[in-house]
Amino acid sequence: MAHQRRSRRPGEQSPALERRRFLGYLLAAPTLAVAARLGGDLAAPAPASAAIPSIPGPADILDLGDALTLAAAPTSGLIAIQLNRDDSVSFAVPRAEVGQGITTTIAMLIAEELDLPLSKVGVNLADARPELVFNQLTGGSNSVRSLFHPVRTAAAVARARLLVTAAEQWKVDPATLTMSQGVIRSSSGHTASYGSLAEAAASPRTEEVSATLKDPSEFTLIGKPTTRLDALDAVTGRKQFTMDLQVPDALPTMICRPPTINGTVRSVANLAEVTAMPGVTDVVTVSSGVAVRAATFGQCIDAVRALSVDWGPGTVDGETDASVEQKLRAATLPLALPPVLTQSIDAEFVFAFASNSALETNCAIADVRPDGAEIWSGLKSPIVAQEQIAAMLGLPIPSVKVHVVTGGGSFGRKLFSDAALEAAEISKKIGKPVKLMWHRADDSRHGRTHPMSISRIRANYALGNVVSYEQRHTSVTTDFGHGLGEILTAVAAKLPVGDVGFSQTVFLLSQSMPYNFGATTQLLNEVPLKFHTSSMRNVYSPNVVCARELVIDQLAAKLGQDPLTFRRNFLKNDRFRAVLDKAAEVGEWGRELPDGMAQGIAFHWEYKSASAVLMEIDCRPETVNRKIRDAVAGPRVTRAVAVVDAGLPINPRGLEAQTIGCVNDGIALALTSSLHIDNGLPLEASWDNYFYTRQWNTPPELEVVVMPATTGEPGGAGELAVASSFAAAACAYGRAVGQMPTRFPINHGTLSFEPKPKVPPVPESPVDGLAYTF
Amino acid sequence: MSQHTFTVNGKQVTVDTDDKVRLLWVLRDLLGITGPKYGCGINVCKACTSHINGKAFNPCSVPVSAIGPDDEITTIEGIADPATGALHPMQEAWLEQDVAQCGYCQPGQIMAAIAKVKQARSEGREISDADFDEIRNICRCGTYSRIRDAVRSAAAKM
Repeated sequence: MAHQRRSRRPGEQSPALERRRFLGYLLAAPTLAVAARLGGDLAAPAPASAAIPSIPGPADILDLGDALTLAAAPTSGLIAIQLNRDDSVSFAVPRAEVGQGITTTIAMLIAEELDLPLSKVGVNLADARPELVFNQLTGGSNSVRSLFHPVRTAAAVARARLLVTAAEQWKVDPATLTMSQGVIRSSSGHTASYGSLAEAAASPRTEEVSATLKDPSEFTLIGKPTTRLDALDAVTGRKQFTMDLQVPDALPTMICRPPTINGTVRSVANLAEVTAMPGVTDVVTVSSGVAVRAATFGQCIDAVRALSVDWGPGTVDGETDASVEQKLRAATLPLALPPVLTQSIDAEFVFAFASNSALETNCAIADVRPDGAEIWSGLKSPIVAQEQIAAMLGLPIPSVKVHVVTGGGSFGRKLFSDAALEAAEISKKIGKPVKLMWHRADDSRHGRTHPMSISRIRANYALGNVVSYEQRHTSVTTDFGHGLGEILTAVAAKLPVGDVGFSQTVFLLSQSMPYNFGATTQLLNEVPLKFHTSSMRNVYSPNVVCARELVIDQLAAKLGQDPLTFRRNFLKNDRFRAVLDKAAEVGEWGRELPDGMAQGIAFHWEYKSASAVLMEIDCRPETVNRKIRDAVAGPRVTRAVAVVDAGLPINPRGLEAQTIGCVNDGIALALTSSLHIDNGLPLEASWDNYFYTRQWNTPPELEVVVMPATTGEPGGAGELAVASSFAAAACAYGRAVGQMPTRFPINHGTLSFEPKPKVPPVPESPVDGLAYTF
Repeated sequence: MSQHTFTVNGKQVTVDTDDKVRLLWVLRDLLGITGPKYGCGINVCKACTSHINGKAFNPCSVPVSAIGPDDEITTIEGIADPATGALHPMQEAWLEQDVAQCGYCQPGQIMAAIAKVKQARSEGREISDADFDEIRNICRCGTYSRIRDAVRSAAAKM
């Protein structure tokens, strides 16, 4: 967030940036290794001098006069690309892969800049690297935006170095050489694979050099729909997640958790008895409950259920949905502008707690020894994890090795390292390695949530114009304790004042107003209740934008305009309008639908990217009342069209996939998925309680349109369309039933399941699985 | 503790564990077969979906004692052609559609999809929206539309 590049105004075209030179590094290594710095010093001081689109001469690409010596170059914060003798290239990306496709995107950038087959690029996940400071946080849809230039710069340095090396060997002008598919060719017939030059191109010392990046007109891979590099591993079961790793003696471990959030262990009545259960090796009290370690997770579940624990109170024991809502309403900031000589719309919306539980529950492996520790987990803030674990264990930071493992989804959850911290605590306490996994019930009830919020809006209008728009968003405090991925900011975010400042910063940096609505203010107020909270995909935007777009439908009606026409008229620029128009065109806005069905359309702008979503919803009884076991079958979104303009789409196929996910997230937020807080604990403990979109809810017709490149730079993409999808579903529902919905999800008022007991904390695994074969 | 013998992915295995340990943990924790994933342990999320004697089931909810020596368990690791190693048409369709995002639920999705298509086929019909209403596997990345495309595409080749 602090490291986003300078912003342009929406719709402004990219300047001719691509021929600018960037600073990179040749690293001292046995084979060619190159690097770039993450962060602020990428731009070379001199602007591009040559505008000629040809392979530049050696002095242009490798200005040795600019080179600095190793002694002077601060190299610790570099990200390095390694060329191997077998023609492959290796890169450890300082980000988490949690399904968003960052490893594929980064491999594409490297392959593009180096003219290398994509199959030759190996991208894995970097261990925690505290020297990267702010630059190992995965969030804010910022990974591609922050890595786009550094990764290309490093690859461009390698490219230049290979050209110079080949030219020296063949005693020809580098300008006469061509590079393609991992091979350099000269006009006189020489050829060499990159790998064959890897040693000759290696630098004896680390030098700072400048590099010129490919012109976008030369792109052959960027912008080409590309299948994920891990797709084969995913469909064969070979893709490994944390719980699939075989770490010697790291036996299955689970925690018996309290019946209220942050409840504490007073005493355990049957410790010895449970320790003697089949397979159980250890039972020990830890800060979050009672940990059990056993030969199998099945035996852990049995032991957790058998424990008889006297629990002390937690931090929100008396809280229920109604009490939290009342506190939020009391804290709502006043609306400032009274309707004077104008007409006015006042509206208030309530959004329930929602879970960012991924399909992979919180989990981590820890091997803590007296002189060091090793941790494996899916972590989006691994530096914070490393520093917190080191502090907890009383070890120096370098003695704690933190491996970032591919995650089974995140949705904000993996910004925090809850399981890694617990695993380290348990491993230390029992003196053995542990493989800690949360039960689904724990993940749902004790895992982090997107907190309840209330959004109040007043829009004043007169003479066909909206003259003011005020939005007051009040939320239970969202924990940003992961800070910017580094311990100092994480600590600052925990200070009472610091956290408010951090939330406000995130809110203000993420909430823009894409419409010309006169005097506009959007303010956040937070109520500090001690729930487990965190960001959830798209953070504040889904609720804020849903409320706004519903009010826009009301304004359109008051001003006698069609919802599409109204939005077109008030959107701030043509880039926005192009996205909206495309959604309307592909989604056939205004087409005839039966009674009980309606269309809704919504727009959102964030992360320098725009999205518009059109949905059709079916609220007819024959659809809503379909009999599906343990399910909420309707209303159902039957058709969705999502249009995204992400500036420069690097992998349109991946962008489409992310958008499909956003559509399903938005539908869930609008219609079905929420947590019911009951005396200090969510009631939901299963995927048949927390109604995330399922096959019977997903639109049978779904189309994603990726707009062609509109700028030279990638905008954020991974969470862009959650807000617009949520809003489109809500607007469609309002138009279908003839009344604006104000409480979300719309079925929250009905408890559509039988809650599982709070004690024991996890349900028994059934034994009748063979009765359900098909 | 007692011994349990059965077949997994074409190989006979014997494990020594408590009768009531659910098969998922026998596969994952004792045999190191990690394709079937844990997502709930109560037969809801379906991430562990595998096949028993050719039919889809969820090993999280079957005690190992319920599995006999004649039972053949197939996990995602065993669904490719054992002779040639060629991927199952459903796996191929998954690649063509680039279905997986995080990939965690996908082994279970594929195993459920194969069984669903076979079930429809055995009832003399093609897979329909009503069949998709019966696929309970959850995907928190929301890959559903590509799953539907892949299942329909694979069904034509199965």
